Amino acid sequence: MCLAVPGEVEDIQGRNGVVNFGGTRRKVDISLIDELNVGDYVIVHAGFAIERMDEEDARQTLDLLRQLESAEY
Amino acid sequence: MDLSSFHDRDAVQRAAKLLLRKAPRRQLTFLHVCGTHENTIARYGLRSLLPDSVRIVAGPGCPVCVTSTCEIDSMVEVAQDHARVFTYGDMFSVPGSGRSLRDARADGADVQVVYSLADAISIARKSPKPSAFFSIGFETTAPLAATTVLAGVPPDFYFQISHRLIPPAMRALLDAGEIRIDGLLCPGHVSTIIGAEPYEPFAREYGIPIAIAGFEPLDVMLALIDLIDQVDSGKPRVFNEYSRAVRWTGNRKAQRMIERVFETCDSEWRGLGTLPESGLRLRDEHRDLDVRNRFDLKPREPAPMPPGCRCADVLLGSADPSDCPLFGDRCTPPTPVGPCMVSSEGTCRIWYTYGGRGRG
Repeated sequence: MCLAVPGEVEDIQGRNGVVNFGGTRRKVDISLIDELNVGDYVIVHAGFAIERMDEEDARQTLDLLRQLESAEY
Repeated sequence: MDLSSFHDRDAVQRAAKLLLRKAPRRQLTFLHVCGTHENTIARYGLRSLLPDSVRIVAGPGCPVCVTSTCEIDSMVEVAQDHARVFTYGDMFSVPGSGRSLRDARADGADVQVVYSLADAISIARKSPKPSAFFSIGFETTAPLAATTVLAGVPPDFYFQISHRLIPPAMRALLDAGEIRIDGLLCPGHVSTIIGAEPYEPFAREYGIPIAIAGFEPLDVMLALIDLIDQVDSGKPRVFNEYSRAVRWTGNRKAQRMIERVFETCDSEWRGLGTLPESGLRLRDEHRDLDVRNRFDLKPREPAPMPPGCRCADVLLGSADPSDCPLFGDRCTPPTPVGPCMVSSEGTCRIWYTYGGRGRG
């Protein structure tokens, strides 16, 4: 039920945006996020963007595995 | 943005190796409260990668499964006697005390399954008639209804608000003390809205390690590693593994919309009973959109789970689906007995689909 999928914002028209999910495009309500720009990544739940997805944070999380390994071995 | 590394086989196996090295000496039980987490765990067979001393159990993380029979029965009544009903697909087949919305549609009622509330609004604008939207879901979904109410709905469009809140349910579970919990794996998309902050009292007051996790297999593994480290260090805290989507204070705009439209209320969770301040209802100024305000609906009492069904224990995390004598025998996805087998987010349904325990 709380399934949400990341995608890239390609167009913005008022409270709606077009989000590209790996090639599939869908109209999405973006009114829950302020100051959204084309090119931003968002997480979409049941037709509404609920938050921005942060690329730098994603990189840091992936880096965590390497850090944990170097602490352990 | 390339997120494929989060389900990369090699990365998950490296994380599994780390988990085995950190294997705790005493048995630890971690609880999650999210059907999407259970889906990731079962689908990728993550339980088979855990040390024997680590157990993950599923709590009441499926909003469809915990919606009360009274709410479902009322919406069946609305569909049969009063108005067109819009519902998310997950809710369509779940029976109340007897019938589901699917049954009502088979008998000719106008019940329409939608992917989004926005689709329901758009259909209602194009073909006007009295309509009611069955608004279920946790904090992730509640702002969708709130922002729609504030934007204005078509004439004769009403809501059955059946939203439930996760932190009050976690508190009730911990206070009930039915199972010993050594750590909580917290739901990423609920947290996207509410933030990481609301979990701090659980770490502080209950001394329980907390990890907010995303929904890829590596997300869950990293969160489990941190939970074990927290147990080891004896310093419980809130670890936000899903920082790419969860801010400390959450989505403030979405929270403000929820506050403007809804107020909290005691709420009945199917199988768990009434939990204090665990639900939402429309504030007085929006009460004219409440389906109960528009139609004269019969008063209802919650119905017990069907005889023999152990969904209540499964929702509490005190039984696995395979502990239920009906599971996979009388109770299967085409012939579900309890709510946890009906919804695609139900623990029984997920275990039936992927095999839950993930080890031979």
